[in-house]
Amino acid sequence: MCTYLTEKLDVEGSGKGTAGWFTLSQATVYLDHPQHAPAEHTLNIDFLNPQQGPSARVAVELTAQSARALAAAIESALASAPPGLV
Amino acid sequence: MYDAMMAETIRFTGHGGDLIEGYLARPLGPGPSGAVVVIHHMPGYDAETKEITRTFAVHGYLALCPNLYYREAPGASPDDAAAAARAQGGVPDERLVGDVGGAAAYLRAMPVSNGKVGVIGYCSGGRQSFLAAASLPLDAAVDCYGAFIVGTPPEGIPLKVGPIVHLARDLSCPLLGLFGADDQHPSPDQVAELDKALIEAGKEHEFHSYEGAGHAFFAVNRPAYRPEAAMDGWQKIWDFYGRHLAG
Repeated sequence: MCTYLTEKLDVEGSGKGTAGWFTLSQATVYLDHPQHAPAEHTLNIDFLNPQQGPSARVAVELTAQSARALAAAIESALASAPPGLV
Repeated sequence: MYDAMMAETIRFTGHGGDLIEGYLARPLGPGPSGAVVVIHHMPGYDAETKEITRTFAVHGYLALCPNLYYREAPGASPDDAAAAARAQGGVPDERLVGDVGGAAAYLRAMPVSNGKVGVIGYCSGGRQSFLAAASLPLDAAVDCYGAFIVGTPPEGIPLKVGPIVHLARDLSCPLLGLFGADDQHPSPDQVAELDKALIEAGKEHEFHSYEGAGHAFFAVNRPAYRPEAAMDGWQKIWDFYGRHLAG
């Protein structure tokens, strides 16, 4: 199915796309058909800068298990950072 | 049998007089030929949809696939364009009708056209095929597993789609529906509701639901591909268009 569900958030940081590094301003997160991953549905994340056009995009397509593991790893890395660093 | 064909990217006038991109495939015989507007799936104007467009030309039809995301992402790769269009809320219904209408007019104006134009759409394009057939004078429409013709989309979705089953009475042409019995968007119950609405409206239609197939069973490059359903579906399409568009 096409879920049509999309979480959108503002982000600050940089991403490396096909034309090199660029400044990120937005991310979208959605569970839908992947373009490339060999699964019927994946958790897809697009890191974007719409002001620089549609090609300013870093995309990942993860299985649900991988996506959950990634979310936990991000939280874990942030939680273990020395006080005052983040 | 002379079987030469050609395919190329063209520009044509879409909704609001905008010049947009499309992929045109056509047999090179003398015609006259029926024509098909191909509406791509939500993942975009991609290589597989262009292959589908060429397949119609192989079978003797003029076929034009509008790039529905051209305005958001001219020149972008299909996946980037689809992501951009999705993030901006998808294709508004009014613009879709204008673009399909422009494509149909382009096809009818070709010297080898027989004047008949059908439409086919996959995934989100299935709903859009129904919408086009209810909004424009067409000769045959095919809906391949279009979601949200029936049924209200989940709250908070960013796409500008809503149920359009009430448009069944406005359908201008016969409708062929091809669905997967394992699909949830549309679910078998929703397919049955659409069937009922078309019967009540007195509209000619035929529906086929394939066991063991879910959404996107025509998509050859995805795990959802179901060869038996897809091959039978193609036969249904050739039979349906043969009756309504050929000659």
